[in-house]
Amino acid sequence: MSMSEPFKDYIAPSSPPVVHNARGWNAERIIGTTWLFLWIVMGVGLLWFMLVSNNVALHVSWQEQFPYFAHVELSSDAHFINKYASKLLKGFFLTLQLVGLSLIIGAMISLPVAAMRMSNIPVLSQVAYVYVYFFRGTPLLAQTFLIYYGSGSFMHFFKDIGVWWFFRDAWNCAVLAFSLNTGAYQAEILRGAIRSIPKGQWEAADALGLSRIVTFFKIILPQALIVSLRPYGNEIILMIKGSAIASIITILDLMGETRRAFSRTFDFQAYLWAAFAYLIMVEFLRRVWELFEKRLTRHLKR
Amino acid sequence: MEEYLTLLSFGPNGWGDEILLGTKMTVGLALATLPVGFILGLMVALAKRSQEPSLRAAANVYTTIFRGLPELLTLFLVYYGVQILVQSAVQYFGYEHFEVNAFVAGMVALALVFSSYASEAFLSAFKAIPQGQYEGAYALGISRTKTFWLVIFPQLIRLSLAALNNLWLVLLKDTALVSIIGLNDLIRYSNTAARVSKEPFLFFSVACAIYLVLAMLSSVGLSRIEKWANRGEVSK
Repeated sequence: MSMSEPFKDYIAPSSPPVVHNARGWNAERIIGTTWLFLWIVMGVGLLWFMLVSNNVALHVSWQEQFPYFAHVELSSDAHFINKYASKLLKGFFLTLQLVGLSLIIGAMISLPVAAMRMSNIPVLSQVAYVYVYFFRGTPLLAQTFLIYYGSGSFMHFFKDIGVWWFFRDAWNCAVLAFSLNTGAYQAEILRGAIRSIPKGQWEAADALGLSRIVTFFKIILPQALIVSLRPYGNEIILMIKGSAIASIITILDLMGETRRAFSRTFDFQAYLWAAFAYLIMVEFLRRVWELFEKRLTRHLKR
Repeated sequence: MEEYLTLLSFGPNGWGDEILLGTKMTVGLALATLPVGFILGLMVALAKRSQEPSLRAAANVYTTIFRGLPELLTLFLVYYGVQILVQSAVQYFGYEHFEVNAFVAGMVALALVFSSYASEAFLSAFKAIPQGQYEGAYALGISRTKTFWLVIFPQLIRLSLAALNNLWLVLLKDTALVSIIGLNDLIRYSNTAARVSKEPFLFFSVACAIYLVLAMLSSVGLSRIEKWANRGEVSK
């Protein structure tokens, strides 16, 4: 009798374990599927709405023999698109122009403001603080109104000093308001980034006998820009979204053209096209910025 | 100077009472949106952390849409879109007229935007809570629901407070957009006053000043909340 004999009776051969491959229907899965389903229904519904409002129709003539359909034709009567596509496209480019111009001018404003904000002279830092606090603490809409409508209060004065032509034009006012706004935000981004650079960097450059200006532009700023990359990207996105406000002071940017098209046709697809365009713009920028960030910080990867 | 004071007075010749009403509306809208946006944001953040891929995907679609659209466009989409949808539904049942309340439309639109940003704030706060907290609670035999409410949630609030503070200030400023769909908020009353009195600079400056005061008041309140939330921390 071998050692293993007695156990033979007790251990019954078991059937192989049942593997549960299928996931159960728990609450999370039900909610997730329902929600996703709702998104899909909404997407299909919007697509359907677009097709219907452009009178898209499928004409099929049937026949007896094999391919069964003799002739398939897709017809559409896209009044809205025919009439407004070029205008919306024009508005789209105007939005890009508005955002680009404001961001560049804002960047130019932000440098001296950030420098003033970090200056040791109390008056300078206080002035910069008030500027930044004002433009970050009030709505962009109020700032735009303040500049565009508010300049009317100083019409005579502005005419006297010969700058009325500037404030009379809604485009100039919008660019000015947006630039001042983004300038304040960018100054804060820049200041935060510069302050995040350790003091040792300044001291080491000083020990090497570099001048303060060279130190700033060659050593501090490149490092600060890496830190500020993400907030800068967010600021650009905020500016793209904020630029829709320009439409309220009669500028025909993407939102302005959309609003005009809607007020003439009461066709809701105007807003859908605009939503699509803004989403594409923001998503595109976000993705590009991610790649950009990855590339610029590749030496920091561990 | 005196005429400006008259314009801002609370009497029949002044716009003070209108501006006060508008301020009330602005603050009311922001305060009404906050809890809705907060709860929605928390739910979306939980959905994004779920094990379930479909739930995560749906939540990501949500944030992509509402963080990508301009707030103004979201507002119009909600205001006109719901109007058109409900109008056609209502007509089907034989009623004639239906109008979306501007306050409700503003609240919904702002809550959608707020919640999609808040969900990101909650998500990064979730990531900052160490796994040991869940394990410790499990070891003590605390149920999953109780773990969330008694162990995780208080830490979550503390960690996401700074981001939520910012979002509150953004929300307060975003309420200005609702003036465009006709809600009588601060901007709209200032606009009316500016047109009637022909003193646009005065009234828009006052509006800006009121927004600044609101921001200052909130930062006082917020720093108190922060102190309260950090009371368990070792003081340095």
